[in-house]
Amino acid sequence: MKIIYTDVLIIGGGLAGLRVATGVKERGHDALIISLVPPKRSHSAAAQGGMQASLANSKMGEGDNEDVHFGDTIRGSDWGADQEVARMFVHCAPKAIRELAHWGVPWSRVQKGDRTAIINAQKVTISEKEEAHGLITARDFGGTKKWRTCYTSDGTGHSMLYAMDNRAHEQEVEIHERMEAISLITDEGRCYGAVARNLMTGELVAYVSKATTVATGGYGRIYSVSTNAIICQGIGQALALETGIATLGNMEAVQFHPTAIVPVGILTTEGCRGDGGLLLDKDGYRFMPDYEPDKKELASRDVVSRRMTEHMRKGKGVQSRYGDHLWLDITNLGREHIEKNLREVKEICENFLGIDPAVSPIPVRPTQHYSMGGIRTKYTGESQTLKGLYSCGEAACWDLHGFNRLGGNSVSETVVAGMLVAEYISDFCDAPESSMHIHSSKIEMALKVEKEKLEALLTKQNGEDAYVLRRRMEEIMMDKVGIFRNGKDLQEAVVELEELLKRSKNIEVFRSKSRAANPALVNAYRTQKMLKVALTVAYGALLREESRGAHSREDFPARDDENWLKRTLTSWPDANQTMPTVSYEEISVANMELPPGFRGYGKDLTQHHHETQMREAVVKAVQEKLIQEGASRFEIQNALMPYLDKLPKKYRNINERLGENI
Amino acid sequence: MSQEIAPRLLKIDVLRFDPNDKNDFPHIERFEVVESDGMTLFIVLNEIREHLDNSLMFDFVCRAGICGSCSMLVNGRPTLACRTLTSKLDAHITLAPLPLFKLIKDLSIFTGEWMRYLNEHLETWIHDKESEIQYDKLEERMEPSLADEIYELDRCVECGCCVAGCGTIQMRPSFVGAVGLNKVARYHLDPRDKRSDAEYYELIGDENGVFGCMTLLGCEDVCPKDLPLQSKIAYLRRMMLKTAIKN
Ligand SMILES: Cc1cc2nc3c(=O)[nH]c(=O)nc-3n(C[C@H](O)[C@H](O)[C@H](O)COP(=O)(O)OP(=O)(O)OC[C@H]3O[C@@H](n4cnc5c(N)ncnc54)[C@H](O)[C@@H]3O)c2cc1C
Ligand code: SF4
Ligand code: SF4
Ligand code: FES
Repeated sequence: MKIIYTDVLIIGGGLAGLRVATGVKERGHDALIISLVPPKRSHSAAAQGGMQASLANSKMGEGDNEDVHFGDTIRGSDWGADQEVARMFVHCAPKAIRELAHWGVPWSRVQKGDRTAIINAQKVTISEKEEAHGLITARDFGGTKKWRTCYTSDGTGHSMLYAMDNRAHEQEVEIHERMEAISLITDEGRCYGAVARNLMTGELVAYVSKATTVATGGYGRIYSVSTNAIICQGIGQALALETGIATLGNMEAVQFHPTAIVPVGILTTEGCRGDGGLLLDKDGYRFMPDYEPDKKELASRDVVSRRMTEHMRKGKGVQSRYGDHLWLDITNLGREHIEKNLREVKEICENFLGIDPAVSPIPVRPTQHYSMGGIRTKYTGESQTLKGLYSCGEAACWDLHGFNRLGGNSVSETVVAGMLVAEYISDFCDAPESSMHIHSSKIEMALKVEKEKLEALLTKQNGEDAYVLRRRMEEIMMDKVGIFRNGKDLQEAVVELEELLKRSKNIEVFRSKSRAANPALVNAYRTQKMLKVALTVAYGALLREESRGAHSREDFPARDDENWLKRTLTSWPDANQTMPTVSYEEISVANMELPPGFRGYGKDLTQHHHETQMREAVVKAVQEKLIQEGASRFEIQNALMPYLDKLPKKYRNINERLGENI
Repeated sequence: MSQEIAPRLLKIDVLRFDPNDKNDFPHIERFEVVESDGMTLFIVLNEIREHLDNSLMFDFVCRAGICGSCSMLVNGRPTLACRTLTSKLDAHITLAPLPLFKLIKDLSIFTGEWMRYLNEHLETWIHDKESEIQYDKLEERMEPSLADEIYELDRCVECGCCVAGCGTIQMRPSFVGAVGLNKVARYHLDPRDKRSDAEYYELIGDENGVFGCMTLLGCEDVCPKDLPLQSKIAYLRRMMLKTAIKN
């Protein structure tokens, strides 16, 4: 039996995992990454659109700062986010992007002088400042007051991921590719690493560590149509669930992206609409201004997705053999713009649809896109309940995004959370409490348990076909736990998913019996895990009798702060349970810098929390008093909701910004 | 989308081999799949695995032509399988793993190991001992057109198609290939990287670098990202010659 010891085990080599690894390495701790695929092939590579950071270099970003970014993020989350975490995030995003620039990301830059852009279907001239020339530029993305989304042409995620992976090479981070974590090792309420399976040889390895970080990304693939890479299957969340101790947060918060191509679900970036692309119906009619006169195509993602669905339900969709869809029209942007700034979109259209987007509109429909829920952590990234287990990136519920994340905030989250969590983990590893007390027999036991499970799958007879169970799960999630939800459908979904979970205990791997590289065996054990994750999503959605952000209940259309201003926590204390255990974590209005308000879409149906008015009054009084006294925006912020002391010391300084402190 | 005509029956010949199975040997196996609208090789292979043979091994991650995982020989030519529409091919299709890389099983190869070695060997990261990161300060400026140029070369997805298409690597496995030379060109162009021409010469000024390349063009033809490999190799060669003469 193979056992490997390290200080910090990082499961996942996407942006989040790589940033944690290089950070702890810098602090002098050993870091070891295991990943299903070479890190550069992680899903992070697919982020085309950009990264939010309030640099305020470009003309349309003028006046932007942490406060504006904070407000956008909280409103976007429909007040579900943790406001302290959001503050830490917006404060560090400029630092993270500047770090990445230093490490080689060729961010697109401001070109001084006039250029034409298309805003709201009108040609306008934007004059960039002389003094901003050569600094990092930004584009428009949905749900933001300023142009804040920084990008590298059409390959933001790719260039960030490559820079981070190269940095990991430079730092000599150990990386084991094609290695899949299949269970976490725990002992007396503490996590000590993971059991992993080599996907090439089938060998089981125990990685034993002081701290373990799950950075495995989202769970989009529990849905039948998703923009996510096919390895985004929620295995990290399942690993945490299966410890019986760690909790997951807000699993029902699932985002749908308005514009994935039909039928394969490949995303066309929000940049298409940010740059001036339009949504049209079967009559070629631009319908978004009817629903959202103000923000139109650039309303928040969840809103646009719902409006599109609504419009198609009115019979305005284009019919096709793959179901109804609408058109995304970017022909008005012109060939030159498309070929330079939206080349990836052009390639996708050519290679997967056989059309030229400079001439023809693109068939699109809302498709599963992002997992706001995940492993629930403290602001340090550590699980609230399992010591030594950390999580960040899309895998986690740190809770930056609440019930809806803004485009561009998530690659930003991966590197910001990564750099912060690396510091907190390093502090933990520096402290005596981190020394390991696990007996080797426990480790051997963990390996044995996994070996037996795999053997059972390979030797079982007359069992269930994993593919059948998985496809059914995907359909249920899509049809009944999708964009619009209601009690009846959700109830049916939960009942049937539970049934599928019971059947999954009896999965048999047919024919393909190899103990080494064996895709059928992989599918079998992942299906068992995915079903648990699907249940946490469906059950959380059934219980949450309100609409908030991406969670939209037809039978409960109002956001209900009085009863539902809280996070759903799910766990799986007993392996024999067939349903998750659910509890709730209150979100306190009394501590909010930005008390709950109206998000600004459709009619305001919000049922406010009884403390909201009081808190609003307090916030207003403090602001007025301090403004009169001539306080800075930092002093006002600090008076309302101090957070700086939570940040590692090295990241507390004020960010330099053109026109503000220069 | 195309009109309704009777769908074709695709005959897919796959070169299969499981190195972990002592009794196995490389052999061709044929699968038949009914073509559907907008079908890619990603859809074909998954259908085979789900309905015909669940042991068939292949690699897809993004299935959108972005991550570089799914390179294989399609009718003998290295390419990304996920973005290959079957409608652009004959009904008889042969699939084989990319040569020169370690075979995992069937169509699955270990490109990651090779690429990592390459990156470590060429030190594909910004070398800058002098300036310390100042993340609280305004970032260093860069000409917008230069940033675009660097990104152009940064677009390589490490798919290995150029390696499989290269005659030189077959004869000299230590040759860094077009992918390696392109990476060097990328860092050479980047003002943030402070390596001198002499240091670059150390890296690629020999037969395993620019002087190994026989400019047979195999690489540029197959690069799915249309990287300007030829002109970059030619550029590096000129620069290296200059450096050689200077020293
Ligand atoms: C098409 C698309 C476009 C997007 N565009 C944008 C954008 O423009 N801006 C933005 O901010 N966000 C965007 N996002 C979201 C963003 O890309 C992701 O949220 C983010 O990259 C996630 O990074 P991560 O490091 O958390 O996880 P990932 O990049 O998904 O990495 C997960 C890692 O975990 C590994 N792993 C998983 N399971 C296991 C296991 N069991 N054992 C070992 N390793 C494992 C994988 O191999 C991988 O290395 C986009 C998402 C999609 C789908
Ligand atoms: S041009 Fe050089 S690198 Fe490209 S295929 Fe030919 S020998 Fe290989
Ligand atoms: S240079 Fe082109 S063919 Fe070669 S690895 Fe990079 S993307 Fe692939
Ligand atoms: S699967 Fe990512 S490029 Fe083909």
